[in-house]
Amino acid sequence: MWTDLGLDLEAHAGLMNVLGSFYTDIYLTQTNRPKGMEYLDFVISEVHGLRIEELLAAKAQGRKVIGAFCLYVPEEILIAADAVSVGLCAGADIGTAQAEQVLPRNTCALIKSFFGFKLAGLCPYVEACDFVIGETTCDGKTKAYEIFNQYKETFVLEVPHTKSPAATKLWRSEIGRLVEKVETAAGKKITAANLLKAIETVNAKRAVLGRLNLLRAADPAPISGRDALLINQVAFYDDPVRFTKKIGELCDELEARVAAREGVAPKGTPRVLLSGCPMAIPNWKVPFLVEKNGAVIVGEESCVGERGTRNLVDLTGVDISDRDAILDRIAERYFKIDCAVFTPNADRNLHVREMSARNHAGGVIHYAIQFCTPYLMEAHGMEQTAREMEIPLLRLETDYSMEDAPQLETRIQAFLEMIR
Amino acid sequence: MRAAGLDIGSRSVEFVVIESETGRVVHEREIPTGPAMAEECRLLVDEAPFDRLLATGYGRSLVEVSFGFPTVTEIKAFGRGAQAAHPGCRMVLDVGGQDTKVIALNGAGKVLRFEMNDRCAAGAGRFLEMTAAALRYEIDDFGAAARQGAPGTVISSMCAVFSESEVVGLMTKGSRREDIARAVHDSLARRIVSQMRRVGISPPIVFAGGAARNPCLRHLIEQDIGQALVVPEAPQRIGALGAAMLAAEASA
Ligand code: SF4
Ligand code: SF4
Repeated sequence: MWTDLGLDLEAHAGLMNVLGSFYTDIYLTQTNRPKGMEYLDFVISEVHGLRIEELLAAKAQGRKVIGAFCLYVPEEILIAADAVSVGLCAGADIGTAQAEQVLPRNTCALIKSFFGFKLAGLCPYVEACDFVIGETTCDGKTKAYEIFNQYKETFVLEVPHTKSPAATKLWRSEIGRLVEKVETAAGKKITAANLLKAIETVNAKRAVLGRLNLLRAADPAPISGRDALLINQVAFYDDPVRFTKKIGELCDELEARVAAREGVAPKGTPRVLLSGCPMAIPNWKVPFLVEKNGAVIVGEESCVGERGTRNLVDLTGVDISDRDAILDRIAERYFKIDCAVFTPNADRNLHVREMSARNHAGGVIHYAIQFCTPYLMEAHGMEQTAREMEIPLLRLETDYSMEDAPQLETRIQAFLEMIR
Repeated sequence: MRAAGLDIGSRSVEFVVIESETGRVVHEREIPTGPAMAEECRLLVDEAPFDRLLATGYGRSLVEVSFGFPTVTEIKAFGRGAQAAHPGCRMVLDVGGQDTKVIALNGAGKVLRFEMNDRCAAGAGRFLEMTAAALRYEIDDFGAAARQGAPGTVISSMCAVFSESEVVGLMTKGSRREDIARAVHDSLARRIVSQMRRVGISPPIVFAGGAARNPCLRHLIEQDIGQALVVPEAPQRIGALGAAMLAAEASA
């Protein structure tokens, strides 16, 4: 299977090795872990196994596999064309050397990573994709896709950077362009009926993640932040229906835990909200360091977290036979995402307030990937927000390497001393 | 009761024992950081008896693992130590060998905010050591020499290594040694002040760490921020003193 996909076998085996030992250290050493996490352990153990076989089986049936890097790609549209949507964001410091042959060194680790994965022949997901969808979010990604297109067909959605009426119109027209592209590629019409079905599937997935996030308001926290992050990461590439069912079962278990006042850490453990750049799989460094030092993470204001899942497509009052009206609602839903590439972006601060209050965070850790201008800039406003809430905020700026772990740990420990 | 603090820094290790009830220092010692750090720390703490010890500094986890000493971060230790040395202080500046810390305090020793520069040697004490060596100054004389220098020579590089090349460049162009020394101090002071401004300048400010004894650095920072810096009697000891105070409070 791997040779067919054109992977570099030796490098790939190396990656799997690293991933395995990382996972053991960071995940399997946790105590009082919910039993429902076994499903996630299984998914991770098969991340380059069964799931890839599923994708290849789907392709054999004539379905298309389409990759996306960012929250702005509406899954509903892909699913409505019976395509499989997979998230391709990459969170490992691998292939960096190859990526740096093409990209400037001061490019964010996320971009370098997805590029590196492709150039080093490491990612079966990219290889399994018929094409990928990029977006004009930050400058780094925008320009990187131009180059990426030389290696893999990349369809770029234009994401505006304001939410003005003109921008809203442009965004709606981009959704129309995507529909055409996907219809042509998949050889299937996207109808109102299959859009409705797809919306139901994706809304259900978001709703179950919303339920999970609410359960984390309990003290003791019923689930660790590491595990919650993992669930959000897996949400990008697992089969949505199966995932929703499994996470629903996990939430049942957590509900029972909350009722019995049980948790992963004792009551009164310092509680932290993470806010900032996405943490793509297997980027677990910061949550691991935070929880290893005796805190529990109670929310992720992040693309791999609530920013990506909190809004559902709202069909209230829509004529369900009117495809364009349904697409309007999809466009609206996606345009609510408060990514830092927008200006102004006050919604993000409101969301941090709401999440901190709801899940009783004693402090906020603002996480920015090195060289990520949009989030690094927004750290300033977040600091003001935290001051207004009268809780401390710690700014962290890091990449995917482990070299700075001791320094990060000192800052994190000092921060936790402040909120204890 | 006796409480002890051990501050394992990148350049030196300080050990302080206090009388828990009064906070009076009854023993203190400083040794350079060496390769066999765990054993050296062991010998150091065996020099004086104590009931409880807290370790801090960037080597703290080493003694935690080796001997089971409890630890506290440098941030908290410096905050507490500065409060002990100068009660009511609202800000601590510590220019250490490898990092520079700026800590805002609430006036009772509690940390409100902090910034650490730990990625860039150009903002830390090591930069002074490197350039002093390049200019053939003893580190203890470097600040006094720089005060003799005239302002106007500029070192603009953002990186310690390139700054050192700039220093060499200035020497080959025939700039006066004192003027280059002054430029080095200017460049470091600029970086430190911008870090202080990020935290928000709030006096009284305690200047801790070995570099606090450098008169030129201190003068340039004071001039820039328009505030006096309080240099405690033994500025390099503030971290260990703070750890000892915290140890005393934890056992009280
Ligand atoms: S941070 Fe913005 S650009 Fe990056 S994945 Fe999220 S929505 Fe997309
Ligand atoms: S982390 Fe920042 S710089 Fe990197 S891709 Fe996302 S928005 Fe762009």
